[in-house]
Amino acid sequence: MAKSSTDRIEKRIELKASPARVWRALSDHREFGEWFGVKLEGPFVAGKTTRGKITHPGYEHLTMEMAVEKMESERLFSFRWHPYAVDPKVDYSKEPMTLVEFRLEKTKGGTLLVVSESGFDAIPAARRDEAYRMNSGGWTAQMKNIEAYVSKTR
Amino acid sequence: MRRSTPVFAALGDETRLTLVMKLSGGSRCSIAHLTEGLTVTRQAITKHLRVLQGAGLVRGVRRGREKLFELEPKRLGEAQRALDHISKKWDEALARLKSFVEK
Repeated sequence: MAKSSTDRIEKRIELKASPARVWRALSDHREFGEWFGVKLEGPFVAGKTTRGKITHPGYEHLTMEMAVEKMESERLFSFRWHPYAVDPKVDYSKEPMTLVEFRLEKTKGGTLLVVSESGFDAIPAARRDEAYRMNSGGWTAQMKNIEAYVSKTR
Repeated sequence: MRRSTPVFAALGDETRLTLVMKLSGGSRCSIAHLTEGLTVTRQAITKHLRVLQGAGLVRGVRRGREKLFELEPKRLGEAQRALDHISKKWDEALARLKSFVEK
């Protein structure tokens, strides 16, 4: 079936670090939490769901859930989650989830990481608009804080 | 009402995507015109147009006895904007991952 351009996001990034190092930053729930900004309760296990509190300043009231699908060492890490799950009063469990995939490829200089998120076509449009309104502004300012933290702990 | 219809699901079909593309030039088209060059029946096109209308992507305008269809560009723009926003969040997260693994 043809997918519209609104169904999928794909990002590619060259990392000057070995696939082993990148894999650890993705697959170790504590390391993942450090750069992503979430304090996860348990490790990533294929077929299991883990959850945790967002640690971004201003977003600490939110809990996020990740349903892990595949963990193929140094190659593929994938999970499903609820995008735009930004209102703590709303139960998102009945809504469709998007699929996030991290694919690693060894390169001369380190690792090529390809990240994709797909399945947006199934998400109710009204939810997208609402999430957009709730998120816009604020977010950029929060990012500045994270950046400052990361460079301090370098 | 129509705000809760998944716009994105409405676009997840090849024929509907083709219809949106045909209308994207900004012109108003009749069903007969829209069916031209497609291997699907007029009835099928009518059904697809109804889905697109339900999602607020297309609207019907009556001109005399004829019904014409045109694109509702605002709705498509909103969908794209929401995705751009998520896309930006990924860029930011990946920039943090980069400095995390390269330190």
